[in-house]
Amino acid sequence: MMDWQGQKLAEQLMQILLLAFAAVSFGTGYALGSFQMMMLIYAGGVFLTTLVTVPNWPFFNRHPLKWLDPSVAEKHPKPQQQQAMSLKKKPAKK
Amino acid sequence: MHSFGYRANALITLGVTVLALMCAMASLSDNLNSPTPSAQVQVLNVNWFQKQRNGNEEVSLTLNISADLQSMFTWNTKQVFVFLAAEYETPKNSLNQVSLWDDIIPSKERAKFLIHTTNKYRFIDQGSNLQGKEFNLTLHWHVMPKTGKMFADKIVMTGYRLPEEYR
Repeated sequence: MMDWQGQKLAEQLMQILLLAFAAVSFGTGYALGSFQMMMLIYAGGVFLTTLVTVPNWPFFNRHPLKWLDPSVAEKHPKPQQQQAMSLKKKPAKK
Repeated sequence: MHSFGYRANALITLGVTVLALMCAMASLSDNLNSPTPSAQVQVLNVNWFQKQRNGNEEVSLTLNISADLQSMFTWNTKQVFVFLAAEYETPKNSLNQVSLWDDIIPSKERAKFLIHTTNKYRFIDQGSNLQGKEFNLTLHWHVMPKTGKMFADKIVMTGYRLPEEYR
């Protein structure tokens, strides 16, 4: 679970890390004259970025969203099952 | 960025797009290279020169092919394909090209060579136009990249001539 701030952080980290590794890998590969070196550094960078941004780390959830307490939710009950079924049928007929 | 799958997809997409850009830049960097190739071919011997039953003439040559193609290799070069073609004019065709020999050079170290060989592919004319024929030997090469654009060029060597009579 990520909060909004966490999602933004994940997206920014992902973009910055990938571009940074692209620049470093291209520069190193070009300077050393080794295409393989460029690919290895970039692959390592993609792997590292995956580890940092894809899993649900706690630091992405430092401003958690305040969901309603169960007591407040009871005051606004969900619609009954039958009503929900009839509502669904109408659009299908069109 | 609200779920694992969403972030994984975003990462893979951006990762591959950035990789494509890097490959484009690598290919463009090949244009910065200005190669200085050199080549020389000696026809050591005309082994035989005959007219076949179907009326086509055929020649067998022994060649010394030497070249230095090392300056053609960049960090983005996978291999260089090189072939030697005999080129001559006939009344019917303004240009005839017959490939006599080819090879694949996989690395810079192997790009400077001297090869002593008979022609790998047969030198057969469409007809009988070869007696006393003056011809060029042209060394063509294709620099095949690891990614991106392939470059092709050639060196034309003139002044070769076939014998007047069959042997």
